[in-house]
Amino acid sequence: MNSVVEIQDLRVEFPNRDLGRGRGSKVAVDGLNLRVNAGEVFGFLGPNGAGKTTTMNVLLGFVNATSGSASIFGVNVRQPIARKRIGYLPELTYYYKFLNTEELLRFYARIFRIPRHESEQRIDSVLKLVELESARKRLIKTYSKGMQQRVGLAQALINNPDLLILDEPTSGLDPLGRMKVRQIIQRLKEEGKTVFFSSHELGEVETVCDRVAILHEGKLRVEGPVAALVQQYQCDLEHVFLKIVGYQSNPPT
Amino acid sequence: MNSCFPIASVVIKELYRRKDFYVLFILTVLITLLFGSVNFFNDDRIARYLKDLCLLLIWIASLVIAVTTTARQIPAERESRTIFPLLAKPVGRGELIAGKFLGCWAACGLSLIVFYFFFGVISASREHTLHWAMYFQAMWLHWICLGIVVAMVLLGSIVFTAPSSNATICLIVIIGIMFAGGHLNGIAIQMRGARGTFVYAIYYLIPHLEWYNDVRDLVVHDWPSIDWLIWAGATVYGLFYSAFLLCITWLLFRRKSLTL
Repeated sequence: MNSVVEIQDLRVEFPNRDLGRGRGSKVAVDGLNLRVNAGEVFGFLGPNGAGKTTTMNVLLGFVNATSGSASIFGVNVRQPIARKRIGYLPELTYYYKFLNTEELLRFYARIFRIPRHESEQRIDSVLKLVELESARKRLIKTYSKGMQQRVGLAQALINNPDLLILDEPTSGLDPLGRMKVRQIIQRLKEEGKTVFFSSHELGEVETVCDRVAILHEGKLRVEGPVAALVQQYQCDLEHVFLKIVGYQSNPPT
Repeated sequence: MNSCFPIASVVIKELYRRKDFYVLFILTVLITLLFGSVNFFNDDRIARYLKDLCLLLIWIASLVIAVTTTARQIPAERESRTIFPLLAKPVGRGELIAGKFLGCWAACGLSLIVFYFFFGVISASREHTLHWAMYFQAMWLHWICLGIVVAMVLLGSIVFTAPSSNATICLIVIIGIMFAGGHLNGIAIQMRGARGTFVYAIYYLIPHLEWYNDVRDLVVHDWPSIDWLIWAGATVYGLFYSAFLLCITWLLFRRKSLTL
């Protein structure tokens, strides 16, 4: 199977601000090896501070790896061209409030140098997918949180990407908003897109993901198909997760 | 470099959708018309005073537009986190800086066209003549000067996190250069030793914005237009300083964390 994302021995260190400049470093990701295959929905899990966002930031070229390598479609992530075929939805972004959705999507389409007639078609199709057609002329500042998140998804899809990187796409959404995002991910999967996403909603991950990786304290603890993990640990994904991160639940007295 | 133009177009859109420009333009118009309607002491040189006042207001308004528009660009992108989806596309950090610069500079240019059109109308209505070449040179050099200002504030927005502190510091520096920049060499001559050398170094290092501001006097007093070679030299000087400041901005931004 073709691998879309390949991470080898990735290590990311940040200067430790508590100790002062030049006095030490904090290891955010330690010796991570990961492979995401074409057409699969891959869940990237871990508690807060596990190193998920840092790994995504390396993949997107925002952060340089201390050692190791990462590539997307076989291109080193340090090359801007590696980002040509990806769509990225960051966690909680407040898009330009003086623009409406149509203008925002046209702006991103121009960045990808999509021809005008093609970009108009893409805008229509992504707005239909995220169900924002009726609000396309409204300024983004008037949108609810759920609508803003769907604008984020629309911008991530404007270039018809082969790989989608979603950082907690359902964060802060109500159950209806979460369901809509989940449906969109399902539809993208049916279209053959590769989706790499992080989430704390483990029920949702269990529903949509083919494979998952659980990260804890910067290290990869487990990786594999959801069904295999559930069978191996004889419990649902949430309990698998809790066992792996070492959570000991006390029975209620 | 093609990504620069979409980024610049968003900055221009921001300028005409915000109220800042309209407020400053209306204020300039109102103050100029108010003073134009009063005839002080039957002075026949009133048109000259009116032109002086109008141009001074245009300079103040354009500096405020340039500084406030530029100061918020990068910090706002980081604060609202729009910098992440933007840089997740095939856009380099250098292109982002260049796009923001182009956008702010073009926005200043568009504002200047509106302001100078008003100035031309006022001037023509009072003097019944229009010095096209002089006005063009004045507007052009004003725009080149704003290019340096925009590049300077963009650099400040990488160094200082808060747009308000950046805007304040930059305005103080710009006004300081305009008032004192031309006198630094004179001060340096009076000083001896290392202090004199230090002041001289500052004199040669700072962009001399006061040269561009001096063109204002030429317009007010209806002096003949500047030699086109000098005009071209001043243009190249301004572009060089803008490019120099942008390079420093890019070098600092290259390794800067994207989060606040």
